[in-house]
Amino acid sequence: MSRTRTPAEGAASPVPADATTGDPLLEVDGLVVDLPVAGGSVRVVDRVTFDIPPATTVGLIGESGSGKTMTANAVIGLLPNGAETGGELHWQGEDLLRASPARRRRLRGHEIAMIFQDPLAALNPTQTIGRQVGEILRRAGRPRADVRLRVLELLERAGIPEPAARMRSYPHEFSGGLRQRAMIALALAGSPALLLADEPTTALDVTVQARILRLLRSIQQDQGLAMLLVSHDLRVVAHVAHQVVVMYAGRVAERGPTTAVLARPAHPYTRALVESVPAVRTRTALAHPLPGTPATPANRPPGCAFHPRCPLAQDQCRTEEPEPRPVAPGRWAACHFAEELLQR
Amino acid sequence: MIRVIAKRLLVGVLVMWGAASLIFLIVRVAPGDPTTILLGPDANREQVTELTAKLGLDRPVFTQYLSYLADVARLQFGDSYRFDRPAMSEVFERLPATVDLMLASSLIAVALGLVLGLLAGGRPGGAVDRMVTAGTIALQSFPTFWVGIMLILIFALAFRLLPSAGAGSPAHLILPAITLALPFTAIVARLTRTSVAETMREPYIQTARSKGLTEQQVLLGHALRNSLIPVVTIVGLHMAGLMGGAVVVENVFAWPGLGTLVVEAVSNRDYAVVQAATFLIAGIVMLFNLVADLLYSQLDPRIKLDGAA
Repeated sequence: MSRTRTPAEGAASPVPADATTGDPLLEVDGLVVDLPVAGGSVRVVDRVTFDIPPATTVGLIGESGSGKTMTANAVIGLLPNGAETGGELHWQGEDLLRASPARRRRLRGHEIAMIFQDPLAALNPTQTIGRQVGEILRRAGRPRADVRLRVLELLERAGIPEPAARMRSYPHEFSGGLRQRAMIALALAGSPALLLADEPTTALDVTVQARILRLLRSIQQDQGLAMLLVSHDLRVVAHVAHQVVVMYAGRVAERGPTTAVLARPAHPYTRALVESVPAVRTRTALAHPLPGTPATPANRPPGCAFHPRCPLAQDQCRTEEPEPRPVAPGRWAACHFAEELLQR
Repeated sequence: MIRVIAKRLLVGVLVMWGAASLIFLIVRVAPGDPTTILLGPDANREQVTELTAKLGLDRPVFTQYLSYLADVARLQFGDSYRFDRPAMSEVFERLPATVDLMLASSLIAVALGLVLGLLAGGRPGGAVDRMVTAGTIALQSFPTFWVGIMLILIFALAFRLLPSAGAGSPAHLILPAITLALPFTAIVARLTRTSVAETMREPYIQTARSKGLTEQQVLLGHALRNSLIPVVTIVGLHMAGLMGGAVVVENVFAWPGLGTLVVEAVSNRDYAVVQAATFLIAGIVMLFNLVADLLYSQLDPRIKLDGAA
């Protein structure tokens, strides 16, 4: 079925999600993750809410420590030991936070798969690529010859040349880009419906980044896959995601359709992010770097966590924490002045 | 690779020269004059002078040292006066029993240690981990001779399951091998535990989990092999250390190996045998270290033996 060779690679901007689709695949509602630290715990993900509709790419963006990776880890159920979760996480209507560990395990790889930031570290150095990509099929009891054919197909779909020879290679014999392609093949092996991509291009060369992004987008489109793309890089999200969720210090600052949010941010943090990237705002060549240091969940300022860095901060922002609220059709923002920002 | 081995062997020769010199020194510093022991307390002055000259003990110490080294180079340690034959032949005759003991205890230690270490390291901080950690500290703290005696009391005297001492059947090997293996098991278990716990934090372990594998499949399929590299090296190094434990264990169980031979020889002032056996033990330790070094470089391509001097 995925035999066709990457037809959509190189296509222009992402196509908005099909609005006719019914229930979301994944519903994240008030998700909370507490991580244990010496003498207590830190809330690294705090009341995070968003949906992933079928066949849609959602970009999860934020600085390091914003809780974006922990959100993805909570979705696939691979949080560090001792982590506590709260809120709601629904997978096709099924309550994941209250599902049995065995059910959550069987979900992994087969329904929800994940690719990681550093493909060299994420691949087992002592096993061949073919063995690692085919493992999930082998463990599912598929016959050897079947697994081999499917691995070849997956490697080819991931754009790895000469897959028959390459499946016998070890990760260290691959270039960075090939490793990430192998990682993508590995994640697709279980035919998941949702792919979590945690900073999939951050560890790669700039020239390779674009190719991997194009590959992810074409696979997403051909196979009708839903994707959660975690990134600190607005350009990555802008190119691939239909919808974007902006996180700051463990909370959602703003979310909505990517084009609308980036064209007219409803949160000063999003605006600052957009202005810090010259490629996104083509009118000016000057990039404005974000002032100050990011707040972390462990060290969160009172009121709106962004207020120490915010050019619009008022007294209200220092004491009163804004809740995310609908500010326009399909858009939510957690800023006291979201409407004013939208009217500029 | 051949150059590296040659270099290591050269270093080994230097180590053996050091060992031989140390043996020479200790024998001369130790109380008791070999002539009095050989001739007995009733010998007269002429007999002592005659024997001293015959043994070359009247020559300057440095000359004695040089001729001793020349003998050592040819593995000539003189005759054992007790057995009236070359000391080295006596030593070589006892070697197989010690090798049996060392191999048996290494097998026990590696098998048991790996399993315990895997169970503990797979879930650091868990109940199994705490039990294994406490147990291994205890095993390493008990003195070998005490453990040996306890095992004899329990399995040989109380339950009469196994022979308490001697050799002759595989059953005779069990208790001494276990005694020698216990502290080694503790080392292997602790090392495996640390190594596995470290490997379990690698990102590729998360990848394995993201495929929906059970923790057991992750542990055996992805963590085990990568955890074994440091363990194999240390096992090699510690097998050399078993030699020292073997001396104690053999004497507790009257196991007819090198260890009992050395202790008998010391109490009988059979210097030739003491020197020959000590030299051979030093050689075995040196060889194990060499093999462990080479094995490490083979298992981990990042370790390059050529570069470091």
